Amino acid sequence: MQSDRASFGLKAAAAAGLAFLHLPIVLIFLYAFTTEEKSYAFPPPGLTTKWFAVAWNRQDIWPPLFLSVQVALIATLLALILGTLAAGALSKGRFFGQNQIALLLILPIALPGVVTGIALRSAFSILDIPYSTWTIILGHATFCIVIVYNNAIARMRRMSGAILEASADLGANAFQTFRHVLLPNLGTALLAGGMLAFALSFDEVIVTTFTAGQQATLPIWMLEELVRPHQRPVTNVVAIVVFVVTVIPILLAYRLTMRGTETAGGGK
Amino acid sequence: MVLPLVQRTIGPRNIGLAPAASPGMTATLPMRGPGDGLTGLFWRRPKLLLALLIAPPLLWLGVIYLGALIALLWQSFYSIDEFSGLVVPEFTLKTYAELLKPQNLDIIVRTVSMAALVSVASGLIAFPIAYFAARYAKGRWKAAFYLGVMLPLWSSYLVKVYAWKLILAKEGILTWAAGATHTTSLLDGLLAIPVIGGNSLSTSYIGTFIVFVYVWMPFMILPMQASLERVPTSVLEAAADLGATRGQIFRTVTLPLALPGIIAGSIFTFSLTLGDYIIPQIIGTSKSFIGMAVYQFQGTAGNVPLAAAFAMIPILIMLLYLSIARRMGAFDAI
Repeated sequence: MQSDRASFGLKAAAAAGLAFLHLPIVLIFLYAFTTEEKSYAFPPPGLTTKWFAVAWNRQDIWPPLFLSVQVALIATLLALILGTLAAGALSKGRFFGQNQIALLLILPIALPGVVTGIALRSAFSILDIPYSTWTIILGHATFCIVIVYNNAIARMRRMSGAILEASADLGANAFQTFRHVLLPNLGTALLAGGMLAFALSFDEVIVTTFTAGQQATLPIWMLEELVRPHQRPVTNVVAIVVFVVTVIPILLAYRLTMRGTETAGGGK
Repeated sequence: MVLPLVQRTIGPRNIGLAPAASPGMTATLPMRGPGDGLTGLFWRRPKLLLALLIAPPLLWLGVIYLGALIALLWQSFYSIDEFSGLVVPEFTLKTYAELLKPQNLDIIVRTVSMAALVSVASGLIAFPIAYFAARYAKGRWKAAFYLGVMLPLWSSYLVKVYAWKLILAKEGILTWAAGATHTTSLLDGLLAIPVIGGNSLSTSYIGTFIVFVYVWMPFMILPMQASLERVPTSVLEAAADLGATRGQIFRTVTLPLALPGIIAGSIFTFSLTLGDYIIPQIIGTSKSFIGMAVYQFQGTAGNVPLAAAFAMIPILIMLLYLSIARRMGAFDAI
């Protein structure tokens, strides 16, 4: 029988792999404090906190930030509704076309973003739809649906159908069962899905470059700065903001899904 | 959403009572409003509820997403007038023939080979992490591993790319580290390799490759880990009892059983590399990839039909890839 302890080689390879995943992020934080603004010289010649104030006062950062938050909030809301409905339908056993619908849900993230982006763009141009905040939201909601759907359907599959039957037996109609039985059990999964969708949308850049027209979301602003650096440490400050705004929902989503494993009737 | 297995007017209480009940004493409860009426309707016609649930997401994805993809396909059959630069809205295969020009074929070959290499490298780096997390990590360690993979997977794409620009830049940390450890000659040797080398790591294929692997590798770990967790310990014990060595067990039992998960993971690494246009634009040579070609042809070049035709390549490759992956059982591993 194989031993229950991992070999040293395996441990080292796993640890090295994880370190490879995490160390680069640390540098983003370090370079936000460097006094060197023209190059990425390492080690930084000196440390300063002035870039946070500079970033705060830069007028070109605030509109993209607000636009990104707005887009992410509305796209998440749409994805929550559509994703939950899709999960509700697909969790109800087998029906004709089920596999095709499941594939259609995955397609926006299984196909490269550039495909989704140019497809939406050519559709907008054929239909003469002007670019606006709504065209950005449209694209984002499309690939956020599957995130909510995945979270919701995983929870629905774990949940026992018996609690729904019990609810009906006790005289609740479909809407009461939804409100008082299904929603409380689904709640944390939806919240988690919504947070991941928010993080995904807040950070999205590839599809957005095709659907934004003249407007800039925060990632588009960052991309501009990456191609044509202006004040490099300011970009780092913004990168930290983006990182934090995406990581907090991810951590919350993780806690929610971990704690939510004790679903009512889950031990069927 | 709710499966009204028992409907108000014909609930089990009533069914139980029904045979004994006299004709004048029906056991149905009074209707309390339209909610009850609808519940009854859904109970009698479950398909109706199903249709109501699936209609909004299906309409959204069907009309907006599939519609957009069809619009794209349509445009790829148009062509551009070489003199006026305007799109000629007539059906032609001319644009697809243009894909076969040497410079365009180059782009396709370059992108597909990069995607394949990135997937293989991601698999190799991801495997020990997934294997350790699936077989040995317990309790808190398991949670830590999961979070350790989830965080880089979900955290900002651009921030990650930017971090590597800092690392790979000529004056950046890697050059410094090589100097500090007296391995500058090694780094220079690496950069001197024809084709994949370059002026600095941030302007070479090696740089592009590293960043691709870094950004997409986490997508490989989770499906891999899930499929490794499904390999039953009893099968491994049986193999050991029958005299297989660790290596044999790994090659003939673990690996084949975990293969669907590995393929499922490679769907993401392959597809995401295939369509990416930001990484090669920021880190790498100025040589074009499919995603960059799509972006440039629809933007500055104004050749939407050719951009559309280029975009069809990742779609076709991925559809083929997905159908093969499906046959190998990869979809159960996602």
